[in-house]
Amino acid sequence: MKNNIIVEVSELTKKFGNFTAVDNITFKVTEGEIFGFLGANGAGKTTAMQMLIGLSKQTSGEAFVAGYNIRTESEEIKKNIGYMSQKFSLYEDLKVWENIRLFAGIYGMKDKDIAEKTDDLLKRLDFEDERNTLVKSLPLGWKQKLAFSVAIFHNPKIVFLDEPTGGVDPATRRQFWEMIYKAAEDNITVFATTHYMDEAEYCDRVSIMVDGRIDALDTPSNLKAHFEAKDMDEVFRKLARKATRD
Amino acid sequence: MKQFRAFVIKEFYHIFRDRRTMLILLGMPITQILIFGFAINMEVTDIAVAVLNPNPDTYTNQIIERVNANDYFHVDYTIHSQNEIDELFKQNKIDLAIVFPNNFNEDLVHSGKADLQLISDTSDPNTGTIIVNYASGIIADYQKEINNISGNPPYQIVATTRMLYNPEMKSSYSFVPGVMGLILMVISTMMTSISIVREKERGTMEVLLASPLRLSQILIAKTIPYLSLSFINLLTILYLASFLLGVPIRGSLFLIIIISTLYIFLSLLLGLLISTIAKKQVEAIIMAGIGLTMPVMLLSGMLFPIDNMPFLLEKLTHIIPARWYIVIMKKLMIEGLDFTFIIKELSILLGMTGLILALSMLNSKKRLE
Repeated sequence: MKNNIIVEVSELTKKFGNFTAVDNITFKVTEGEIFGFLGANGAGKTTAMQMLIGLSKQTSGEAFVAGYNIRTESEEIKKNIGYMSQKFSLYEDLKVWENIRLFAGIYGMKDKDIAEKTDDLLKRLDFEDERNTLVKSLPLGWKQKLAFSVAIFHNPKIVFLDEPTGGVDPATRRQFWEMIYKAAEDNITVFATTHYMDEAEYCDRVSIMVDGRIDALDTPSNLKAHFEAKDMDEVFRKLARKATRD
Repeated sequence: MKQFRAFVIKEFYHIFRDRRTMLILLGMPITQILIFGFAINMEVTDIAVAVLNPNPDTYTNQIIERVNANDYFHVDYTIHSQNEIDELFKQNKIDLAIVFPNNFNEDLVHSGKADLQLISDTSDPNTGTIIVNYASGIIADYQKEINNISGNPPYQIVATTRMLYNPEMKSSYSFVPGVMGLILMVISTMMTSISIVREKERGTMEVLLASPLRLSQILIAKTIPYLSLSFINLLTILYLASFLLGVPIRGSLFLIIIISTLYIFLSLLLGLLISTIAKKQVEAIIMAGIGLTMPVMLLSGMLFPIDNMPFLLEKLTHIIPARWYIVIMKKLMIEGLDFTFIIKELSILLGMTGLILALSMLNSKKRLE
């Protein structure tokens, strides 16, 4: 694994009035890594991610994404990342190829490149027959695969996935993670939040957020050893219990 | 710029794919103009007439006969004083009163010229005018007839008309500016806010905000399709009104279009403002529909004359942009006045536009914090 740092976060904090959603978090993500960003609902995962992609401004602390400061250079960051939101994020009333062309166009790709890459992508996904299908008539699993493909279509340095596999059956989730591996092989860093603990096993490293803080950060096998747990689910439950005792 | 273009194309797809909404948007001005237009231009039949004839003679009786013999008219009342006319009109029993002077016969025979008066109710101006015109026609025919018989000297019967309740025939076509004020506001405000809030609701807005598109680009791209739709509707209304209904466009067409553009712009801004407040499409529909469309219909002077409103309601109409727009359009289109007569209303519209622009910019900035 290369040692180029692609995300560097130091003492990042976000407060909403008296409520501290993200509490002084510090971590690094290296290029090509699959980084799992775990936490219970309301632990502050989404808020932290939104600061990194420029949707929300931090209260204090610093962070760099792809070498750019999130406070001052969010426009540059946006050109270099991909994002797939919690809600399904393609346009239902547009056709498959129209969605691809729209987002590729928004990221400034040339028409010729778009056309070539669209053909490639549809072939690879075995989607060629669906090119002219309205997205709303695709099954959810297909939509999600398509949404991920669209999020990395412009070849970003890093892709942020916010609970990408919500509501999908295990078989499709498996396929989805195969796509994520493929993207990581192509040197796209993957930064994903999830609350499926089996998915955490697929990550190179995971961080676990509790009440806005990062309470653990390591490879899944180290974490399991450290917490003497048989799987990530147990790690997570032990951590959550520890937090409530404090 | 290329990104912007890709985004605008997508916005048009949204509209074209949603055929039902598009049909409603494009069909609305046409149906409104037709409904209002034909409700007013209906052929007038079954006209009830009262006659005040203090000194009946051959001529007056023949005139009354001719009127009564006509398919459209029936003389229902023979009255004896002016007061009765008012009473009958108020009770809605007659549509026309014919009043002969005391010395009709004398005048006609001795000086060759006699007056009679046709009184109609012009609270519905078109109907009132049509009735008087029919009656004048009958009297003119009668005059020709008696002149053919007697030859010399030619008799002349002058029918003077009196319009009751609305003597200046104000607002005869005022529904056209009203329809313009309503439709442009509905399309620009409601549709723009819905289309922005829909992106928030579906989660696509987040993806757009995380993309290199700037917020201003997204918002401007959102307004372009509805700006075009509004223009199509504006031209449809003007075309139908002038060629189908014969509504006069007396003032400068250039000014009408410029000021309508300002009004469309203001409505789009209102849509943006709503979209910064509403989180769900339903909220946007309620705010734009009930919060804006209803007041426009009720308080802009479109349906109910502002002059007749109670003091407080009258004051309330001042904050409704459509009120000022409709007044300008009435002055320009129907009364044919020039720029100097609309300076006050135009300044108010400009002020409102500035205020809404400032508010919506402030609001959309805050939302991103």
